[in-house]
Amino acid sequence: MDIIEILFTASFWAAAIRIATPLILATMGELICERAGVLNLGIEGIMVVGAFAGWMAVYSGTGLWVGVAVAFAVGMVFGLLHSTLTVPFGLSQHVVGLGVTLLATSATYYAYRLALPEVTSPPKIAAFQPYEVPLLSEIPFVGEALFAQTPFTYFAFLLVAAVAIVLYRTPLGLAVRAVGENPSAVAAQGLSVTAIRMGAVIVGSGFMAMGGAFLTMSAFDSFFFEMVNGRGWICIALVVFGSWRPGKALLGAVLFAAFDALQIRVQQTEIGAEIPYQIFLMMPYILSILALVVMSRRAEVPAALMVPFNKGER
Amino acid sequence: MNLCAKKGVTMRLEPIENPTVLRKLGLPAAALAATFLVASLLAMAAGANPFSVFGLILKGAFGSKFAVLETLNRATPLIFTGLAVAIAFRAKFWNIGAEAQLYAGALVTVVLGTGFLQWPAFAILPVLILFAVLAGAIVLLVPALLKTRFGVDEVVTTLLFNFIFLLFISMLLEGPLKDPMGMGWPKSARLIPDARLPRIVDGLRLHWGFGLALISAVMIWIIQTRSTLGYEMRAVGLNKEAAAFAGIPVNRVLVKTALLSGGLAALAGFSEVAGLKGSLTLDLSPGFGYTGIIVAMLALLNPLGVVVAALFVAGIFVGADSMSRAADVPTYLADIMLASALLMMVLAIMLTRFRVVRG
Repeated sequence: MDIIEILFTASFWAAAIRIATPLILATMGELICERAGVLNLGIEGIMVVGAFAGWMAVYSGTGLWVGVAVAFAVGMVFGLLHSTLTVPFGLSQHVVGLGVTLLATSATYYAYRLALPEVTSPPKIAAFQPYEVPLLSEIPFVGEALFAQTPFTYFAFLLVAAVAIVLYRTPLGLAVRAVGENPSAVAAQGLSVTAIRMGAVIVGSGFMAMGGAFLTMSAFDSFFFEMVNGRGWICIALVVFGSWRPGKALLGAVLFAAFDALQIRVQQTEIGAEIPYQIFLMMPYILSILALVVMSRRAEVPAALMVPFNKGER
Repeated sequence: MNLCAKKGVTMRLEPIENPTVLRKLGLPAAALAATFLVASLLAMAAGANPFSVFGLILKGAFGSKFAVLETLNRATPLIFTGLAVAIAFRAKFWNIGAEAQLYAGALVTVVLGTGFLQWPAFAILPVLILFAVLAGAIVLLVPALLKTRFGVDEVVTTLLFNFIFLLFISMLLEGPLKDPMGMGWPKSARLIPDARLPRIVDGLRLHWGFGLALISAVMIWIIQTRSTLGYEMRAVGLNKEAAAFAGIPVNRVLVKTALLSGGLAALAGFSEVAGLKGSLTLDLSPGFGYTGIIVAMLALLNPLGVVVAALFVAGIFVGADSMSRAADVPTYLADIMLASALLMMVLAIMLTRFRVVRG
């Protein structure tokens, strides 16, 4: 099939939306953290632990949405760890973030081995199933692409709207953006920079974990090591690509996922079979780097990103 | 959420002018103790006695001549990647891509060393080292230039390069570099005997990669403490604006740091292939690049400290391998211990210089 033809099939866009969902969730999480001035490199590990926690909860007998909530809660715990070290103690966000990723990843693998010592292949759960939204799913093309997804995907899109509304239309959102731009001014208003930043990192980490959970609970129905496979780092690039704005970040995630879906399809064409498959697998990472280079000149970085705030230094 | 500072308990950090020796030594010791506490709880969760677990780790790492040699061998690549990270982080250049640079060094070693150069050992080994260093330096040069030219954050680019480079190696191992005698496995041909690093002492399974690592540590220590470049790197790391104001060419220093850092990480790949494995496979490094970050941080970015930290980290890994077989506790215990040691150590070091006060 011709590449152009692929772009005009609804199933292609349905796949793109599916691939985009975990990225959308985790990118929103990272965006909230960075908007408050904290770079969270724990994202990769938090996605791993979220993927495991949600799946394990459902495997142990809870409902699917309870599983999502468990992933969210576990993500928040690691967010609490990250933010305690980086916000009041002002430790290097690079080092702490990488430390949290290593800790979350190895803790997940340890827990997996303890919980399932005997298994050779991980058990499957009854994952989220596609739900065709009444009426909307009957719209030609758009309906098939957008409205025949799993409820987890709809949740991700609603989350983007919620994040955008909270960030730009509420006092809480104003406070979050302000601690990322000018923390001294926020402190002068009598608000706690520490509390706002920690809150943002904790909630943001919860969404990152949900992004991971989507992989085990909706995209697939099982947990594998190396499952997250750098998606967290891609989300960090997507935040930059989206200029720290929820809507643009969503667009970036879908665009990115469309490229990913396209490469999978091109691999199966006659020309694609001639090219080593590793070239296709490299594409997401190369695209992320290109996106960073293109956007670097016009990105509006939060002014206080990675700048610790200590009242003593005012 | 209580956003109002006046109601809640708040804290801030106050610098300590002259920290006491007790504070300087006690806090890092407390961090290590806390790490072992965490590990004890996890061992108990696995149904094992923590003391026997630690005993088995210690025995597995240092309990016999074989164990010690295994630990030294495992420490060798970690010294190189630890040095690579230490020198970069000192200049606040966040090289998280030591994994990719390691594979670059390994790649050059097998490209030149499997028959392309048919030279005697004294001639081929220096050439392999030189080209491995160059390869690693070039791999890190790309993120460094993206940072200095376009302002692209090197954390993300170096991380992403790890994935790209591993796929690139995988492509070569299934294509042009594939060993025709490899029974279909994606592995390279073996190095010619002259391209192998000799053992330090005949009969002992310890190769000259370890010696090269020690020499590198001393050289980096000299560069950091005795050279202009070392001074400039520290100045750039402390305060970029002030360094630029003092006339230090910040971007050039960053690029030089990157070249040095990438070269060091590549030596880990060279030494693993030429000293230990003899050929290149995709599992050459079980994350030596990432573990190098832990090594460097535990060493407080001191090049000589890197050697000690690498031995400690290697000991935990080697010990945990044999402990896991004996006590039925997953080896990931080692990874958890090191990640928590990293986090607690950075906190402890900060608290030696700052005091937490209310208000």
